[in-house]
Amino acid sequence: MPEQLKRLFPLFAIFIIIFLIIRHLLIPDTFGLYGHYRGDALKDNANIELVYASKEACIECHSDIREMLEMDEHSDISCLSCHGPGLEHVENPETANIEKPGSREFCGRCHAINPARSTNMIIQVDIKEHHAEKKDCIDCHNPHQVWEIKE
Amino acid sequence: MLSQVEGYIYPNEIALQWGILIVLYPYITGLVAGAFIMASLERVFNVTVLKPTYELALLTALAFLICAPLPLISHLGHPGRAYEIMITPNKGSAMAIFGFVYLWYLMVVLLLEIWFDYRRDFVIWSREKTGLMKWVYRVLTLGMSDISPAALKWDIKLGNIITVVGIPSAFLLHGYVGFIFGSIKANPWWSTVMMPVIFLFSAMVSGIALVMLLYMIVSYLRKVKIDMPCLDTIGKFLFYALIIDFSLESLDQIHRIYEAEESFDILHMLVSGKLYITLFGMQILFGMVIPMIGLGILQVAKIKENIRKIILLITGILVLNGIFFMRWNVVIGGQLFSKSFHGFTSFKLGLIGTEGLFMAIAWLLLPFAVLAFLLWLMPPWKKMNSE
Amino acid sequence: MGNKGIKSSRRKFVKKTAAIAGTLVASSLIEPFKLLVYATEEPKDEGPWWGVGIDISKCIGCGLCAKSCKIENNVPEDPFFFRSWVEQYTVYNDGTVKVVSPNGGIDGFNQEEDKENIFKTFFVPKMCNQCAKSPCTQVCPVGATFETPEGITLVDSEHCIGCSYCVQACPYGCRYIHPESIVADKCTLCYHRLTKGIAPACMEVCPTGARIYGNLRDPESELVKYMKNNSYQVLKPNLNTGSKLYYNALSAEVI
Repeated sequence: MPEQLKRLFPLFAIFIIIFLIIRHLLIPDTFGLYGHYRGDALKDNANIELVYASKEACIECHSDIREMLEMDEHSDISCLSCHGPGLEHVENPETANIEKPGSREFCGRCHAINPARSTNMIIQVDIKEHHAEKKDCIDCHNPHQVWEIKE
Repeated sequence: MLSQVEGYIYPNEIALQWGILIVLYPYITGLVAGAFIMASLERVFNVTVLKPTYELALLTALAFLICAPLPLISHLGHPGRAYEIMITPNKGSAMAIFGFVYLWYLMVVLLLEIWFDYRRDFVIWSREKTGLMKWVYRVLTLGMSDISPAALKWDIKLGNIITVVGIPSAFLLHGYVGFIFGSIKANPWWSTVMMPVIFLFSAMVSGIALVMLLYMIVSYLRKVKIDMPCLDTIGKFLFYALIIDFSLESLDQIHRIYEAEESFDILHMLVSGKLYITLFGMQILFGMVIPMIGLGILQVAKIKENIRKIILLITGILVLNGIFFMRWNVVIGGQLFSKSFHGFTSFKLGLIGTEGLFMAIAWLLLPFAVLAFLLWLMPPWKKMNSE
Repeated sequence: MGNKGIKSSRRKFVKKTAAIAGTLVASSLIEPFKLLVYATEEPKDEGPWWGVGIDISKCIGCGLCAKSCKIENNVPEDPFFFRSWVEQYTVYNDGTVKVVSPNGGIDGFNQEEDKENIFKTFFVPKMCNQCAKSPCTQVCPVGATFETPEGITLVDSEHCIGCSYCVQACPYGCRYIHPESIVADKCTLCYHRLTKGIAPACMEVCPTGARIYGNLRDPESELVKYMKNNSYQVLKPNLNTGSKLYYNALSAEVI
C-alpha cells in the first residue's frame, strides 16, 4: 500500500468515528421509537392546551338550556359555535364568562342571504332590511328558542 | 401585503418561502460542479491544451464548494439545528442527502484530488519557507515528505482514480440539486424529470464560463500573457455545453407546451407576465442566444486575438448572468403562481437584511475571497512542472 | 421436458391466478370498507386511523371552523397564516370562475344578492388533507414532520429546522412557517383534542355538520358511512397523495 493511503485511511477513520460519536450524543432520546421522528413529539403535540371546551362540558351545568333547545332549530349546534371557546368559563365559572353575541352581523354569518347557501340547509334573512327598526337579532329572537318572538 | 396578490391564491402562499439565498444555492453549487468537470476535461480526457487552467479550476471548485452551504444554512428558520440533517437524515428526502453528497464531494473528491496534485509542492514549500508558513505546509503534507519518483507516481495514479470517481460525483452533486426541485410534484413549474439534467448542463456552462473569466482575470493581475490556444479551447467547450444546455431546455419547454397539462394556462401566464424579462430577456436572449452567436462566430471566423479576448470576456459575463437568472426563474418563478392555479403573488427583493440583495452579493463575493486565499496559499504558477 | 414442463408451468400459473383472485375476493369480503378508502394502506396496527369528510352541499360558509381553528391552535392573526380556511367559488354564466376567501372566511362572507349572472356558487372549506402518502413528510430532511400511527401528519416543533421544503411540497397550500417559532406549522386535526376523545375545534363548532371525522378502520364509523352513501372525491387526485379528506359534492372548478 502506498504511503499516501497509509496517511489518509487513519484520517478518514478518525473523521468517521468522531462523526459517529457526535451523532450518538446529539440524536434525541426517543428518535426512531415509532418511526423516523422523535417519539416524544407525539406527547408534545398531545399536551397542547385546549382552548375550546365541548358541548358535553357545557350541558353538565346548563341542562336547562339544553332542554329549552331540544325542540329548537338550533338544537344540533354546539354551544361553542356562538358562545366562543368557553373552556376558561368551564374551569372558572365564577370569574370567566362566555361570549353572548346576537348582532345582525354575527347571526348573518349563517343567515345572511348568499346564493352559495343552500336554501334547504338554512333560513336566509336580508340582514340589512329585515325589521330594520330593531338593532340586533336578539332584540326579537331568543337564539335558544328562535320562534318565540319577544313582544 | 394583500395588494401583491392577483387573482386567488391559497392564503398561506402570499409570502415566498425561498428567496434569493436559495437562488444562490443552486447557482454556487452549479459553479462547483462545472469547474470540476472543466478540470476533469484536462485530466481524464487528456485535453492537454487546458493544462494552464487545471489547478485554477480545482481551486475554484473548492472555494465555491466551501461557500455553497452557507446561504442555505443562513436561510433556515433555525440555523442552529442544521446539524440535524446529518444526524437524523430522512432517507426519503432529497434535501437530507445533501449533507452526505456534500461531504463526499468535499472530502473524497476535491480535497483528495488537490492533495494528490499538490503534495510534492507542499513538501518542497515546507522546505523552502520559514516560520509559520513552513509549519502550515508541513501540516498540509500530512507528514509524508517522500517525493521520490515512485511516490510521485502513486500521487498521479491515485489522483487519476479520484478524478474518475469525481466526474460521476460532480454529476451527482448537481443533478441532485436539480432533483430537489424536480421531485416536488406539487409544483408543475419544477416537477419535470428533465430538471436534474438541465441543472447539470447549465452547471457545466456556468462553471466553464467562470473558470474562463477567472483565468483571464488572474492572468491580467499577474501580468502574464494569456495562453490563447487554451482560452480558445475553453471557448469551444463553452459553445458545445451551451448548445446542449439550450437544446435540453428547449426540449423541456416544447414538451411542456405540447402536453399542455392542467397547469399550462397558469404557467403560460407566468412566463408571459412576471417572468417575461428574466426568462426571455436575461436567461434566453442575453444568457444563451447572444453568447451562442458570439462563440459560434469564433468557431468559424478568423478574428484577431484582442477581439477574441473581448468576445470571450463578454460572453463569459453574459453566460454567468444568464445562468443566474435561470436559477432565479426556477426558484422564484416556481413560487409566484398559486398551487390553486387561480392567481399570482409577487416577489420584491429587499436591499438590506439577511434575505436582501446586499447580503446576496456578499455571499456571492465570499467564494472569490476564499479563492484568492487559496491562490495565495497554493499558487498554481509556482508549482514545479511535473513534465 | 417439453410437454411436461409446459403442463407444470400452466398448472403453476392457474394455481397462482387462483391464489391471487382468492386473496382479492377474500380480503374484500373480510374488510369490504377498506376498498372504499382511496388512500388504502395496509393498517400497521390496531387503533383508529383518522380521516375527514367535508360535505360541500351542507356548508353555509359561516367561517366558524376557520375562526375556531385560529383560536384553538395559536395561529397568528394575520391573514397570511391558516390551518383551516373557507373559499367561495362563483361560476358565472360566461364561464369565468371567481374564487375568494376574505381573511380565510374567518369573519364570514358578505351578504350577496346578485343572482343574475351567477351560474352556480358554493363554499369549499379547506384544511390539511392528512394524506396517507403525504408529500410533505416525504421531503422533510430531518424527520421533523411525520405521520402518526393514527394517520395524522404532525410537526415536531422542537426538531424542525425551518427549511420550508414541506411548505413547497404541500400541493394544497396547507402549511406555513409560524412567524414566532419559525418552524413549519399545520393542521393537526386537533391532535391534542382527539387524543382526549374530544372533537377537533372546527368540527365542534360547525353548525350544519358539514365537517365530520372518523375512523377509517371502523366500518360503523360516521365517516365510513358517509363515504358509502356519497360520491366523495379528493382534491388533486392526479398527484396520488393518498388524501384522507373526502369531499362530497365537489365541483370540477375546485383545485
